[in-house]
Amino acid sequence: MVEEILNFGLNLDVENVELTREEFLRYGRHLIIPEVGLKGQKKLKSASVLIVGAGGLGSPLAFYLTAAGVGRIGIVDFDVVDFSNLQRQIIHTTKDVGRSKLESAREKLSALNPNVKIETYETRLTSENALEIIKDYDIVVDGTDNFPTRYLVNDACVLLKKPNVYGSIFRFEGQVSVFYAEKGPCYRCLYQEPPPPGLVPSCAEGGVLGVLPGIIGTLQALEVIKLILGVGRPLIGRLLLFDALKMSFRELKLRKNPNCPVCGENPTIKELIDYEAFCGITPEQILHESGFEITAEELKAKLENGENIILIDVREPHEYEINRIHGSKLIPLSKLPEMVNELDQTSEIVLYCKMGGRSARAVQFLRELGFTRVKNLAGGIDAWIEKVDPNMPKY
Amino acid sequence: MPVKITIPTPLRPYTENRDTIEVEGQTIRELLKDMTERYPQLKRHLFSEDGRLRSFINIYVNDEDIRYLDGENTKVSEGDVVSIIPAIAGGN
Repeated sequence: MVEEILNFGLNLDVENVELTREEFLRYGRHLIIPEVGLKGQKKLKSASVLIVGAGGLGSPLAFYLTAAGVGRIGIVDFDVVDFSNLQRQIIHTTKDVGRSKLESAREKLSALNPNVKIETYETRLTSENALEIIKDYDIVVDGTDNFPTRYLVNDACVLLKKPNVYGSIFRFEGQVSVFYAEKGPCYRCLYQEPPPPGLVPSCAEGGVLGVLPGIIGTLQALEVIKLILGVGRPLIGRLLLFDALKMSFRELKLRKNPNCPVCGENPTIKELIDYEAFCGITPEQILHESGFEITAEELKAKLENGENIILIDVREPHEYEINRIHGSKLIPLSKLPEMVNELDQTSEIVLYCKMGGRSARAVQFLRELGFTRVKNLAGGIDAWIEKVDPNMPKY
Repeated sequence: MPVKITIPTPLRPYTENRDTIEVEGQTIRELLKDMTERYPQLKRHLFSEDGRLRSFINIYVNDEDIRYLDGENTKVSEGDVVSIIPAIAGGN
């Protein structure tokens, strides 16, 4: 049985909203769908949507919402466009590399539809600014890439009673839902706590197929439009799972957790908290603070001195194929436990990966087994390329 | 009785890259026990040190979360699809 969610649509006043002649033409294909019509198009025009993150999910989201004629779109991001973004962040182009993502996005969106008011927030979303930024929008779309910001967006939306259109991706898989505590569960009802840092790889570490954020971001855009129009059946209380390899969509039931710390019957979280602390410090930070870390320059000096260092690359074989530090031995992180007997506990060992996250976990694993002279290459092979060997291919 | 468990991408390095595995058991607890015996590295990813299922891992039987059924005592029968759904955060 399908549970009906009633009155989920936004309460938008369209009485004084008018379309121009150009807008009638532009939105003609919307106007002739009975579920949208002139009233729906006016709702779109009077709605405001905040997109958190102008990256993989944010690109298609911003494009389609702008094309659809959402009246005001806010975008939060603090990053600059990098070559490695272009495989999936279709709002940015080669000539934008090095520019602010917001500036780049604004240019494309204004060119697509000058009727839409684009507001940009060149900042990281934090506990200090989130409520202030979000409060002026009807809907928030979560296109971020890390757990602290996802919990922050969720809690801020619950506190402000705003719908949070959620999407997340990993390699070939995506999840989409609408968290709207007024009408159903929130993100914390689904996952009360985040994984310990480093346990779940990020897209930067684990990779993502470029088309995937296109699909998931577009689904988020669709849910946003349904919420504005108040038509159809929203993803409130449902988690949509997409598997690109199997080309399958599945759907799971989500329930409101009566004990949810933020939207439950007796909430304990009544204001925004410190989300970095809530999500824990990373193994990398621990090693940095306790001195079990070596910089790329220090490693280079030691190798040039002819010091006897065992260099271990804990990435996957297909990454090792792209680049490697000369003289390193490949032991992927998942194989380390079975191959640990081949390592000498007394020798000096340096472990590295792409950015330093996976190798930090490997260093901690070895330290727990009694290895004392083991260090993490800070910043991974990326730092090595930047500081020591700029001719090496970077990915 | 064999039941199929779907393994999400982030956990596949610990199941020899298999996306589904067939395990034996009448309840979720028995299935997970059989599964972690076959793939011991999965254990610390699914359970915390005190043996509890980690809070960023949800287990579903068909489309229902076991937290709203009988938890790890939830009974499974042939043809049920058991899924492990971890939190993922990518989006950039």
